[in-house]
Amino acid sequence: VENVRLLDRLSSRRAVVGTLYLTATHVIFVENGSETRKETWVLHSQISSIEKQATTATGCPLLIRCKNFQVIQLVIPQERDCHDVYISLIRLARPVKYEELYCFSFNPKLDKEEREQGWKLVDLNEEYNRMGVPNNYWQISDVNRDYGVCDSYPTEVYVPKSATAHIIVGSSKFRSRRRFPALSYYCKGNNASICRSSQPLSGFSARCLEDEQMLQAIRKANPGSDFIYVVDTRPKLNAMANRAAGKGYENEDNYSNIKFQFIGIENIHVMRNSLQKMLEVCELKSPSMSDFLWGLENSGWLKHIKAIMDAGIFIAKAVAEEGVSVLVHCSDGWDRTAQVCSVASLLLDPYYRTMKGFMVLIEKDWVSFGHKFNHRYGNLDGDPKEISPVIDQFIECVWQLMEQFPCAFEFNERFLIHIQHHIYSCQFGNFLCNSQKERRELKIKERTYSLWAHLWKNRADYLNPLYRSDHSQTQGTLHPQIAPCNFLYKFWSGMYNRFEKGLHPRQSVTDYLMAVKEETQQLEEELEVLQERLANLQKSQSGDNKVKSKQQDRSKQTGLYTSNNSLANTPQEYSNDLKSFPSRSPSQGDEEDSALILTQDNLKSSDPDLSANSDQESGVEDLSCRSPSGGGCLPSEDSGKDSDEAVFLAG
Amino acid sequence: MEFAELIKTPRADNVVLHRPFHAAVEGTLCLTGHHLILSSRRQDNAEELWLLHSNIDSIEKRFVGSLGTIIIKCKDLRIIQLDIPGMEECLNIASSIEALSTLDSVTLMYPFFYRPMFEVLEDGWSSFLLEQEFELLSSVTNEWRLSCVNKEFSVCPSYPALVIVPKCIDDEALRKVALFRHGGRFPVLSYYHKKNGMAMMRSSQPLTGTNGRRCKEDEKLINATLRSGRRGFVIDTRPLNVAQQARAKGGGFEQEVHYPQWRRIHKYIERFNILQESFIKLVEACNDQSHNMDRWLSKLEASNWLTHIKELLTAACLAAQCIDREGASVLVHGSEGTDSTLQVTSLAQIILDPRCRTIRGFEALVVREWLQAGHPFQQRCAQSAYSNSKQKWEAPVFLLFLECVWQIHRQFPCSFEFNEQFLILLFEHAYASQFGTFLGNNENERAKLKLPQKTMSLWSWVNRPEELSRFQNPLYEANSLVIWPSVAPQSLQLWEGVFLRWNRPSKFLEEAEEERINIIKYNKELQAKVNALRRQLAELETDEE
Repeated sequence: VENVRLLDRLSSRRAVVGTLYLTATHVIFVENGSETRKETWVLHSQISSIEKQATTATGCPLLIRCKNFQVIQLVIPQERDCHDVYISLIRLARPVKYEELYCFSFNPKLDKEEREQGWKLVDLNEEYNRMGVPNNYWQISDVNRDYGVCDSYPTEVYVPKSATAHIIVGSSKFRSRRRFPALSYYCKGNNASICRSSQPLSGFSARCLEDEQMLQAIRKANPGSDFIYVVDTRPKLNAMANRAAGKGYENEDNYSNIKFQFIGIENIHVMRNSLQKMLEVCELKSPSMSDFLWGLENSGWLKHIKAIMDAGIFIAKAVAEEGVSVLVHCSDGWDRTAQVCSVASLLLDPYYRTMKGFMVLIEKDWVSFGHKFNHRYGNLDGDPKEISPVIDQFIECVWQLMEQFPCAFEFNERFLIHIQHHIYSCQFGNFLCNSQKERRELKIKERTYSLWAHLWKNRADYLNPLYRSDHSQTQGTLHPQIAPCNFLYKFWSGMYNRFEKGLHPRQSVTDYLMAVKEETQQLEEELEVLQERLANLQKSQSGDNKVKSKQQDRSKQTGLYTSNNSLANTPQEYSNDLKSFPSRSPSQGDEEDSALILTQDNLKSSDPDLSANSDQESGVEDLSCRSPSGGGCLPSEDSGKDSDEAVFLAG
Repeated sequence: MEFAELIKTPRADNVVLHRPFHAAVEGTLCLTGHHLILSSRRQDNAEELWLLHSNIDSIEKRFVGSLGTIIIKCKDLRIIQLDIPGMEECLNIASSIEALSTLDSVTLMYPFFYRPMFEVLEDGWSSFLLEQEFELLSSVTNEWRLSCVNKEFSVCPSYPALVIVPKCIDDEALRKVALFRHGGRFPVLSYYHKKNGMAMMRSSQPLTGTNGRRCKEDEKLINATLRSGRRGFVIDTRPLNVAQQARAKGGGFEQEVHYPQWRRIHKYIERFNILQESFIKLVEACNDQSHNMDRWLSKLEASNWLTHIKELLTAACLAAQCIDREGASVLVHGSEGTDSTLQVTSLAQIILDPRCRTIRGFEALVVREWLQAGHPFQQRCAQSAYSNSKQKWEAPVFLLFLECVWQIHRQFPCSFEFNEQFLILLFEHAYASQFGTFLGNNENERAKLKLPQKTMSLWSWVNRPEELSRFQNPLYEANSLVIWPSVAPQSLQLWEGVFLRWNRPSKFLEEAEEERINIIKYNKELQAKVNALRRQLAELETDEE
């Protein structure tokens, strides 16, 4: 479709005209005219909603909201075209079969062996060995070999040595969806562990001997402690309501030596609505400070983030400081339980704060234990009530921790944002389906590529320059501030207003420091070469002709280094309120009226926004100079100029 | 008056000091004329507390049996608690602190007693003279002149002795204009934009009154800054209705008929008690220790502080935009021209002028646009957020300006030569200091108090290389461009460095700053080494040839 206008959300005057293309996998908008022919690519799987708005004089507006928080506003001249695009997108954005998803057609031009290598990058067996199991207390169980006991669990689960197959099967029958207690994290230092399960089918009075034995076994696997915590991550009221449906929570009287604890994290429906409310605030056109803060508070989003963090902090403290094992569950044990277990692991073990460790953590607590990626993130058309930003919240918890502990993580914010992007993109097979069983049946590993290999290949883009493996923040458990600390939880504009570059700091400290570190490394190498050559020269005092080449290299580097601070920067619409200004009392004289109208005219006629392009301050391209690899392009924006999918993300 | 009269109990033993995030310290408390000192008598003196009485904003006392507790709330927003055994000692100490922290004579303040322990390399009192500023200006334009019409402070008591005005306007005309402007604050040059020759002027409101009085000289003065056929903008920091109401009290605004080449824009910037209340509410919210504080964001919102930040930044950006993008001259004023006017003109310069983003340039800006321009520091900064006295002239005007600079700094972290600590330092010293820089309300008062002769300048101290190094931003790379900050709510944050400084754990953030410094330092060292080796090699090679 030609002559489509792409509107800038912040400034209605910054619309660009171009051509809209629909392909099997992407919506592509190509700007007319300008030499660069800027392109905007959006994957169909990223589309969360399409809204056709009332036709206006200029055309038919189409609003596309994406799951990575991009909002695209198009105006299509012909109503009929708009309708066609709308109908096509509705269909394309809601595939019904896995095979329709992008990962099955995505080909990064890797051979079979490279693909296999990619899938081997994260190996959970290795991970459990790293934790220190199997050992005297824990063993691998094959009870779920053919997904016979629990179809949403992995085939290989770690259970206490004293838990026989009989106990496990018995316990599983007493748990929602048969998700019996299994090991999530084992603390080598003191034998304390984090186990996870779903809620018990206790109703008002039901008991299960095997389940009680199972919890007993978990306690015995930690000889240092005479009790375990059972943490129910739901609000108490929700858990009690479940009892009426024959589910519920553990009765302390029936289980020997447990301490039961509720931690009120709300359910997926509350979280979905909360995100929705927050995004409405983000989408406000020129909101006042009060609109924004009030809306943010009202959405409850940060309160929910804090609740998840508090649960993680509680568990980490129990394990690290008290040396007590913890069993965590919610209802089905695949949403809140995954959030809380992974936050606790992240606090406890510095390994999970490395790039590789973080991949392992997501693979362990989310992918392998049957977090329902397909349902939660709406990859296939399904029940909208199943959709909820569960892993988004976990990712935000990590970001909040990064803000409080700037040196503790090997990776940077971009890493988190790209992982979030790909959870929805379906470009890689990692997050397909709802369980390991389904993924095996689909032969995901043979037919798609792994995100982890892709991120690992580009790891230079994702490094935190402040990370040092010998820094005190990278040792041992992290202790975030608990009580009065709400002010420590901040709105993450880098994620939720990710595509509105104008809102973010215009200079990135991370990229600047990475460039400095890169240069430092080159200097170190050069220093070595120079020292060697100096030694040789002094020793032999003989001529050497090959001197100059390296030196030129270096001066080129310096040139880049010093001239790269030009900023992409244009003024915003500071005069916005000026335009809506004429809200004066009618008693004013004509004189004032004319003055105001003239003011508006004047500002309009020489619109600084429009003239910005001819100005030296608007060197948009220059912004990326500092970035180590040419800008670290975020996916699906301004990139993919030569439509080569392989380099789409590599930036 | 002798300070000794006020100190009934100069010393108390076994006093316990409590501060958030610090272990309690037991020691001896001493009161001197200007300080409260707590010494733990440990060898390393690591836990000593030296607190200027003038830093104390309010004190509260409590008793449990004979154990007294004094809670001291400081102007830098810190709260400390002292447990003092003995009811009488405690009462004596409390009343002494109260008296010593509210001395009403400026000449009894610490700067008049402070004797520096460092060698003065450069006298800060003469570091930033308007003559130097004018010299710089003269090298690019000859349209301006330095006028000493106010050398006796008789034309405008709150202006400095020297001002820069359009060349074609003589002193006689300036005297007439002064009579037409509130407090005699006639339009003077605030900033000259070299790139396009546009000027930013500042003044107070014109005294048009209800009958629309005019002043030809005033019109001529501001028109002198316009290029032929071009328009200028008057940015009035009051909303239109307030400006209109001002006419009843003899004030007013530039009327269209008399200033046809000027377009007036009204921007609302809050002042005085509204700001002070906002400040008090914000600090209350930040100090709320109740465990169930999930209404944090609504408390933050209710304080309105960030709204004021947003409004002020927007006005400053608009002024900068008029100058740089519209190519127009600008006149900024509110009512008196000593508060919101200065906020706007100084922030616009941060945006437009790279020089103001250097340490020295920023100091010069503070001197020029705040101290010399007659911002009444002594009135505005007499009390901070904990004071109970609600005097109408107290307001965190300067703090709001500093925070806006911080907001821009956060968005352009590599474009400023100074760091956040430098801004915090200025905040602290504006409220309580051993230096005389921020005493008095204008140059006139400073001259009468003989501050340059009798007190030390903050700049004399801060510009010493060993001090300066603490305030340098390791990421700084000179950026000659105009920097346009975002004023969207998503882009503005609470200034934690000031408001949460004493109640957040800062260890991890400090460690991060240290890492940043080390990364840059190591890089520079390597560069130096490589360059030295290269030179050495080159010499050896030429020797051989």
